[in-house]
Amino acid sequence: MTAQETGTVSAGRGEPLVVLSGVQKHFGQLHALKDIELSVKRGEVVVVIGPSGSGKSTLCRTINRLETIDEGTITLDGKDLPQEGKALAALRAEVGMVFQSFNLFAHKTILENVTLGPIKVRGMKKDEAEKKARELLDRVGVGHQAEKYPAQLSGGQQQRVAIARALAMEPKVMLFDEPTSALDPEMIKEVLDVMVDLAQQGMTMVVVTHEMGFARTAADRVVFMADGAIVEENTPEEFFTNPRSDRAKDFLGKILKH
Amino acid sequence: MDAVFSNFDEYLKAFGLTIGLFVVSGIASLVLGTILAVFRVGPVSVLNKAAAVYVTMFRNTPLLMIFVFIFIAMPVMGYNFKVVEDIEIAGYNVSAFFFRACLALTLYTSAFVCEAMRSGVNAVPLGQAEAGRAIGLTFAQSMNLVILPQAVRAVIPPMTSVLIALAKNTSVAAAFGLAEATATMRGFTNDNADQRIGIFLAFAVGYIIVVEVISLVSYGIERKVKVAR
Repeated sequence: MTAQETGTVSAGRGEPLVVLSGVQKHFGQLHALKDIELSVKRGEVVVVIGPSGSGKSTLCRTINRLETIDEGTITLDGKDLPQEGKALAALRAEVGMVFQSFNLFAHKTILENVTLGPIKVRGMKKDEAEKKARELLDRVGVGHQAEKYPAQLSGGQQQRVAIARALAMEPKVMLFDEPTSALDPEMIKEVLDVMVDLAQQGMTMVVVTHEMGFARTAADRVVFMADGAIVEENTPEEFFTNPRSDRAKDFLGKILKH
Repeated sequence: MDAVFSNFDEYLKAFGLTIGLFVVSGIASLVLGTILAVFRVGPVSVLNKAAAVYVTMFRNTPLLMIFVFIFIAMPVMGYNFKVVEDIEIAGYNVSAFFFRACLALTLYTSAFVCEAMRSGVNAVPLGQAEAGRAIGLTFAQSMNLVILPQAVRAVIPPMTSVLIALAKNTSVAAAFGLAEATATMRGFTNDNADQRIGIFLAFAVGYIIVVEVISLVSYGIERKVKVAR
């Protein structure tokens, strides 16, 4: 079967959705991303791990252009990322993003946080958006908190709301930038459960995380980064049991011993 | 102080004009200053620079000089703003004097409003703007829906100081033919030299009341819009 046939038969799943090619990024003297080649297929869950400062967050943020790149191309669904303006805003609506520090709109209620995008960007009617938002909030287990403000919720609850807010835009791909790093240990699980659920429902996900357990259970592929470059890519099984590069062996040795 | 009490209607009219100058140029400054602040934090470099030049020009020159320019230099150049006298609002004609004074006060104060507003925008965590952009809001939408509503909360104390300064700066208009509080006080003391201290105290109390009302209103707004983080 040729590649073309595969595309028509599987109607989407398996096609490359996000493709980074020859991506370079500098922060002043620091070469933050070195010649990144990465292709994320539709429905795939890619976990990006690596030591601090390895560029994994930067990589994640370039995909919806919260960070600009110096060289290379990034395409979403076959189209180049727009440079700026309305086209860029439209692209970002297609890419869900979950931040380390949640970033819920502090002056809006939980429900308003989730409905803002659908109403203002998608032009959805208010009652329709609210109905959908309540469904999503129920799905992530914070439906009963809809009328509260973000500061009244725990970190884990806020992060689940942030996931619901991103899902409300019906994104093609979800980016998670260290979604559990700012959480207490007991709240990490409730957020990871939502993410595993999402992965099982076939959402395309790029997840920057230190949660090796999540990488093992939910990832299709693990990408290991160090010093701005992708050092190793493999299935989680292979990567954790049999890392090929010394850099990855060293990293895993440090984190898995405790 | 008898001079004040026996001419109390004149005293009230004088403060009425002071408050009128304050309200009109206050609203105009808030609007213009906010627009300038959006330019200054926005992505368009031309607007950015234009707003920076504006702020430098009007924040770094004395208010009195701006008054002199508008009242003395501009009429020579052919801009006397007499056209505003044809405008009638609620039965009153707008005087060209009043318009010029408001223009001078607005040009000056909006530069301060811009900087106070910008400090407020900077006080909103960057993540809020990023979250707004991430759900597909345009720059204008994320400004209007996410950043400015939160910036306003951070900006109330410094903005109050700017507005209080404006309320007192209206007294500069006294030197340009407007019978507001300070000009009226001078008139009273000229006519009643023996009551200077009493007259002075009466007008000082008037200013204190005006400013106190501004701070109380500001305090009320601050408590009402406080947002938890």
